[in-house]
Amino acid sequence: MNLHEYQAKQLFAEYGLPVSQGVAVDTAEEAVAAAKEIGGDKWVIKAQVHAGGRGKAGGVKLVSSDDEIREFADRFVGTNLVTFQTDEKGQPVSKIYVETCTDIERELYLGAVIDRSTQRVTFMASTEGGVEIEKVAEETPEKILRATIDPMTGASSYQGRDIAFQLGLKGKQVNQFANVFMRLARLFDERDIALIEINPLVVTTDGDIHCLDAKLSIDSNALYRQKHIGEMRDHSQEDERENQASEFNLNYVALEGNIGCMVNGAGLAMGTMDLVKLHGGQPANFLDVGGGANKEAVSEAFKIILSDEGVKAVLINIFGGIVRCDIIAEGIIGAVKDVGVSVPVVVRFEGNNAALGVKTLAESDVDIIAATSLTDAVEQVVKAAGGE
Amino acid sequence: MSILIDQSTKVICQGFTGSQGTLHSEQSIAYGTKMVGGITPGKGGQEHLGLPVFDTVREAVETTGAEASVIYVPAPFAKDGMLEAAAAGIKLIVCITEGVPTLDMLVVKASLDAQGVRLIGPNCPGVITPGECKIGIMPGDIHLPGKVGIVSRSGTLTYEAVKQTTDLGFGQSSCVGIGGDPIPGSNFIDILGMFEDDPQTEAIVMVGEIGGTAEEEAAEFIQSNISKPVVGYIAGVTAPPGKRMGHAGAIIAGGKGTAEEKFASLQAAGVSTVESLADIGKTLQELTGW
Repeated sequence: MNLHEYQAKQLFAEYGLPVSQGVAVDTAEEAVAAAKEIGGDKWVIKAQVHAGGRGKAGGVKLVSSDDEIREFADRFVGTNLVTFQTDEKGQPVSKIYVETCTDIERELYLGAVIDRSTQRVTFMASTEGGVEIEKVAEETPEKILRATIDPMTGASSYQGRDIAFQLGLKGKQVNQFANVFMRLARLFDERDIALIEINPLVVTTDGDIHCLDAKLSIDSNALYRQKHIGEMRDHSQEDERENQASEFNLNYVALEGNIGCMVNGAGLAMGTMDLVKLHGGQPANFLDVGGGANKEAVSEAFKIILSDEGVKAVLINIFGGIVRCDIIAEGIIGAVKDVGVSVPVVVRFEGNNAALGVKTLAESDVDIIAATSLTDAVEQVVKAAGGE
Repeated sequence: MSILIDQSTKVICQGFTGSQGTLHSEQSIAYGTKMVGGITPGKGGQEHLGLPVFDTVREAVETTGAEASVIYVPAPFAKDGMLEAAAAGIKLIVCITEGVPTLDMLVVKASLDAQGVRLIGPNCPGVITPGECKIGIMPGDIHLPGKVGIVSRSGTLTYEAVKQTTDLGFGQSSCVGIGGDPIPGSNFIDILGMFEDDPQTEAIVMVGEIGGTAEEEAAEFIQSNISKPVVGYIAGVTAPPGKRMGHAGAIIAGGKGTAEEKFASLQAAGVSTVESLADIGKTLQELTGW
């Protein structure tokens, strides 16, 4: 789960990290009032969306008058911001963030992720602030400095100082940086963070270390113990159908094609999409109905798949492990009747009670194509969808 | 021979009296697994499925001599369960639980590695040595004792590979679901090494998916350490970047972890890769000449 910049900065502030004074607002008038409250004669105003590349897309602006603030707010609030990281529709802007202006001497990068290979939280820093870290990693990997956190001992200040010296920081900046490092490590650990990115982390003209941007992702599996963060979730930044699916414990991801897929198991669901593509079709979605698929889950899955108007045929691929195929068959028949499915449906059953499942489908009065094998199922559904 | 477990492996279950623990323990016992008891704190002294219930793993190990434990407890308690099993002297932990927080796994993995304890999972179907011992949620009846070792990040894809090798009469030596999480207890490399050393295993099927670099690391390992024929399949060629595909670990992040990269690494290491998951058995047959 991702947070907005203003939410991440709230958490940063709770952990004593150096962030600018700022206020998140919904309207132009609130933005003007916020600037007045913050004081000064220059402010930075930023559209709040879950995507990078806001600056290049015009969603970050230095302003110095009420008119400029109003103009920015009127232009962005209630619209979608399109950046190189979003799709062509962009992400909706419902909040803008007004902040004090920081005078920058130097831009750095500081981030932390869980490195799957070493199975450790790893901090990464670079002198190339303001640039995409993936690009730095690809073109000049030697410019990325790393610190690996031992899960048994936690982070230690020397690791922060070590990076600080390598970044060429001087005097008070070294301890300031080590402090930022230690506080971020504590935040990562206590708040079940999956990713922190501060790009840029800056040295101000006063010579202080300052977090100019803040990006945070939280481990969704840990939200049960991070309720306060869970409440910050902004559903408007997420796909509507994916949210609807997750309410029913279904995993759904929308794709561009015309063949709806309903599969049990995440790996098999991906494998089924790949097989559709391999046989000349285009999958419309990823959908894992899970191990305990029942009639309700199958009904909801149908509704979500069919809410995509591009879907011309549906492939159901079930390998009955825990679930019995005959039970799923009854679920499919019920769901087809309830939901009113008007496109061809191809079903492939394998495993637990597969033969009985096929028989149940054959004896029903709904029009479902029962396939004889996985390859047969995919060929039939590609044909039913009109081929490519 | 087989890997990890056989007919003599004594198994206990944590979360024994819960619905998942009960359902799958019943099926494991029916399969012939040497289940010797279970743990539910506060229910010690009772009997469940004809087996003794203990309050702690330590008591269960002391009383039954159990060597392996299967965990079905809910995600918030999984870390505690794994650490308890390791502290009690269990040498093989199989954690089926889905949704364990990643930071919990970092601590568990570091602790278990230091104690020399083998963990399979979490978020996995478990381990089976066909005809001998079934620890987990896989359907027993699709398996056949035989000569193919199967290792996979996905449950239902493992079943596909099992079904195809059973239908062709090859059977399986052991099948290991290492799970779909970003921090698995065991990785491909751990299991591939065991299959190489196991005389019953004559060929290996490896099923990977998008996300992380475990398949690339496995490819490097195969090139220098595996002499047996390997068939490899990777799911997620059509997966869009930046989206989590059901499994917590199945995500293409920052352009890394794509199926194309993984297929290419495996091919470079001499692995016979299959594009269609329906061709796993057929490709194995062509490769081995069986």
